[in-house]
Amino acid sequence: MGESALEALRRTPLYEHHVRLKARIVEFAGWAMPLQYEGIVAEHRAVRSGCGIFDVSHMAEFWIEGPQALRTLDRLLCNDPKRLADCQGMYTPLCNERGGILDDLVVLRVWGERFLVVGNASRREVDGAWLRTHAHGCRVRDATEQTALVAVQGPLAAELLQPLVEADLGSVRYYHCVPETRVAGVRALVSRTGYTGEDGFEVFTPWEEAGRVWEALLEAGAVPCGLGARDTLRLEAGYLLYGQDMDEETTPWEAGLGWTVKLEGRTFIGREALWRQREEGVRRRLVGLEVRGRAIARPGAPILRDGTNVGVVTSGSWGPWVQKSIALGYVPPSLAQPGTQVQVEIRGRGVPAEVVKLPFYRRIPRTKSSAG
Amino acid sequence: MVPEELRYTTEHEWVRVEGNRARVGITKYAADRLTDIVYVELPEVGREVRFMEPFGVIESVKAASDLYAPLSGRVVEVNERLRDQPELVGQDPYGEGWMIVIEPQDLSELDRLLDAERYRKHIGED
Repeated sequence: MGESALEALRRTPLYEHHVRLKARIVEFAGWAMPLQYEGIVAEHRAVRSGCGIFDVSHMAEFWIEGPQALRTLDRLLCNDPKRLADCQGMYTPLCNERGGILDDLVVLRVWGERFLVVGNASRREVDGAWLRTHAHGCRVRDATEQTALVAVQGPLAAELLQPLVEADLGSVRYYHCVPETRVAGVRALVSRTGYTGEDGFEVFTPWEEAGRVWEALLEAGAVPCGLGARDTLRLEAGYLLYGQDMDEETTPWEAGLGWTVKLEGRTFIGREALWRQREEGVRRRLVGLEVRGRAIARPGAPILRDGTNVGVVTSGSWGPWVQKSIALGYVPPSLAQPGTQVQVEIRGRGVPAEVVKLPFYRRIPRTKSSAG
Repeated sequence: MVPEELRYTTEHEWVRVEGNRARVGITKYAADRLTDIVYVELPEVGREVRFMEPFGVIESVKAASDLYAPLSGRVVEVNERLRDQPELVGQDPYGEGWMIVIEPQDLSELDRLLDAERYRKHIGED
């Protein structure tokens, strides 16, 4: 991409830092973002074996606050926010009336009726409009461009981050947060969340002060990682990417996100449609595919069975850690069983592939004694 | 960066004439741009390739790109090591990362390729 095309894009507060690190900058959802620094494979390995940091300040953040904040979210989210204690978060689809996924979100209950909703950069306008339309008795504030976000990911994330943080990270469980602490002297909210399949944290700070956090983490030995590695890491971990593996025509049942849908005793937008589809069954399901050989099944590649087109690949890459050609795609439920043999069409040829259980990669949790 | 003795295509392949044969690979510039090369799809020995038509595919983590034949002729050798070690292309693009050897039909096609100086201009390194 040429300099002039990049000029028009939004920049995170860390943009100049990326340029200094000689990152390859690309457009993503209207933002100029680092695709890679050293290289996708090196960065991927750093996160699987050590600690990598990602600037994901382009992610959308909304504060939902007011007496009816919980009630509002309870009417909007597939997952049940009433289950959240203070300082606890959850992953959830946000659905339309047809049960189609508008976005996938992380929702943190910071305190009482104060929630932080984190969505995809590409869905910021859609999320904002939807939340505002349906908010009653609470305020919706888009804080995206006041909130920088740095993801600190990898088996050494806690060790590396702890010396910079006032709070005790050991007491922060997975999908929980410390709403107010300091990181490298900067006011921050720290959650134990991520999109890589590793242990890790996400550090939310004021926009202008993110540079201090970023530089302190680099100083501590974290490896800067771009969106390229973020994509290969999430794919190995079996996480979906909005706009690629799901969209407004996809329901959580189809996308393998049924575990996030809490229908019982609730009324939320999309519930009727999702109830009906649960009764009637789905016509397609997201599956993991292991492709034989090294050729990569790119998004849009047809999935074939006995020469007949039965589905489509939505994400595909070389898995740098699992050392396999892996993909996500949709097939009829009858072909969704692990072990099912199919082909993916790559450059006009049917390449054998096997349906496998997701994720492709699962980290080995560190034991108490080795956690340090 | 751009060896003097080679000829280049605008698509970043290089060709080295070795007697009555020609060895083909991609340039360091192209390999650096691709980074993270994970797969190289090469033709069978014996296949005919044609001037500036695709003879194979190189895949990086992010994208697949066609490889173009700098000369017409018959493939007489392919670099089998790339099947399991495609990263050789990035590590040593002008050496161990070579891709195919062609028995050229018509060496006058060389005149239609770029010399080192023009290739350097092409990639903005003059």
